[in-house]
Amino acid sequence: MNVFHYPQNDINTDLLFPGKYTYTCSTGPEIKEHLLEDLDPSFAGAVQPGDIIIAGENFGCGSSREQPTLGLKYAGVRAVIASSFARIFYRSSINQGLLLIQSREAVDYYTEGDPVAVDPAAGEVRVGDRVFSFPSLPDEMLEILRDGGLLNHIKKQNALGDDA
Amino acid sequence: MGETFAVKVLGRAAGKKVREGEIVFIEPDYILTHDNSAAIIDKFESTVPGGRIRYPGRIAIVLDHVTPAASSKDASGHKKVREFVREQGITNFHDIGVGICHQVMPEMGLVKPGSIVVGSDSHTCTYGAFNCFATGIDRTEAAGIWITGRTWFKVPETINIELTGAFNAGVSAKDLILTIIGEVGAGGANYMAVEFNGPAVGGMRISDRMTIANMGIEMGAKIAAFPANFVTSKYYEALDLEFTGAIWSDHDAEYARTLEYDLEEIVPVIACPHQVDNVVPVKEMAGMKIDQIFLGTCTNGRVEDLKAAADILRGNKIHSGVRMLIGPASRVEYLKAMKMEILQDLVSAGAVVLPPGCGPCLGAHQGVLAPGEKCLSTANRNFKGRMGEKEAEIYLCSPETAAVSALTGKIRDPREVLK
Repeated sequence: MNVFHYPQNDINTDLLFPGKYTYTCSTGPEIKEHLLEDLDPSFAGAVQPGDIIIAGENFGCGSSREQPTLGLKYAGVRAVIASSFARIFYRSSINQGLLLIQSREAVDYYTEGDPVAVDPAAGEVRVGDRVFSFPSLPDEMLEILRDGGLLNHIKKQNALGDDA
Repeated sequence: MGETFAVKVLGRAAGKKVREGEIVFIEPDYILTHDNSAAIIDKFESTVPGGRIRYPGRIAIVLDHVTPAASSKDASGHKKVREFVREQGITNFHDIGVGICHQVMPEMGLVKPGSIVVGSDSHTCTYGAFNCFATGIDRTEAAGIWITGRTWFKVPETINIELTGAFNAGVSAKDLILTIIGEVGAGGANYMAVEFNGPAVGGMRISDRMTIANMGIEMGAKIAAFPANFVTSKYYEALDLEFTGAIWSDHDAEYARTLEYDLEEIVPVIACPHQVDNVVPVKEMAGMKIDQIFLGTCTNGRVEDLKAAADILRGNKIHSGVRMLIGPASRVEYLKAMKMEILQDLVSAGAVVLPPGCGPCLGAHQGVLAPGEKCLSTANRNFKGRMGEKEAEIYLCSPETAAVSALTGKIRDPREVLK
């Protein structure tokens, strides 16, 4: 498992996925190729399912484009742990079923090479030898996340409605 | 204790009293999407094959981001959207050339005081200028609302920004909002609503309110809203629409934070690469050579902005070392500028006029930068790679600063010319 550490604040959506590709790349494989291109050109080739990203404040600020969240989910990223997240990015992650963990303490504690593990059910993230707890999402959002994103959630709701 | 605009407007939509921090489910009045509708259609169709949009009358689609199409892939996306709007009976569809969605939505009367509008574009917050609760969502959520007609919001806390005084010559709304973002920071208003209050708000032009509200997202805000007043009512009167629905905070509303700005103390500023909150006085950057100037976008592409530039450039020539692009925000604004002979002044000075739309702002076409180039732009973002090249630099400024700098090809304080 890789841990990608980008300690800077305000990593914006153009760094996560350049705007010039916004209208030509919309599927998982197309997006993955350009993920984090202007931030870390090696990311797209290196990322593996189960990997974790650790970042600073206001991660994902800027555009409402969903290629960053969709792409990270497609690439199999287990969780993004940041000191704080930009609002649209946070919302978009729930919509894509991508796990975000806001924990300034965990981010500050992390040093290069520390093993990192997340347990969303327990609301805990382990960094090296320490465990940090993070607040759970409201039930409505948790349900969307558990169903694997908003559209899967709607599909499930529709199917339940048909049975009733 | 009184309530804020955000608490009141979400409470009215939810049909109950709401508190900050509470999650509410509401049906937005309008759902805006643009060129990204093509991708949203795919999501819609794969989720509900052969399904119908829940409320077609609440959908608005404006093609503006890469218009006219720059590639066959863009063209196919536009084609898909045109076919879909016919199939689904979506009447609020505006094809290429009508303008940037955030200018077109109010022009078409789809943004009303006290209403709730969401859009698959982060600058949807622009409609706060019209006393609207408006915010950005992603494509997936737009597809979801097409299907269900509803979404959720967490009732936000509010930052109150009190404005007094009047701008000095050469200073405008863009300088104010950049100054505020420089102080609050790129994430300083994250998850929060921003309200603009105070005596200076009363007479503020709609175009200035739009410039300010547009950039609310650049400090992370969920919404950035103005009260509706006489100036707002005039806008709806001109559209021959009823002026109703306005709602505003109580005088004793409780805010997370209050900031005060005297407009007289605001000076021309510039946001330097690669962050919008990297704001310094223009004076500090004076003399830096630039390669391209872009006047336009949903931030500063209205006739008031073009006129501010034309008043400076009239009878003069743009410096030979710099190229200047003009992007009118909409067909309506373009026509106004034609009628007022503003475009004549700008073109005579050597500027290139683009079709109404987003132009080079997002780096897809019509003025992409070369490595090492510097662009002075009236847009809202200067992120690395934003204008299509990560080795280029974008500096954000007012229309006045853009125009005076065009005369010398170097960054210049507009107060040297405008006194």
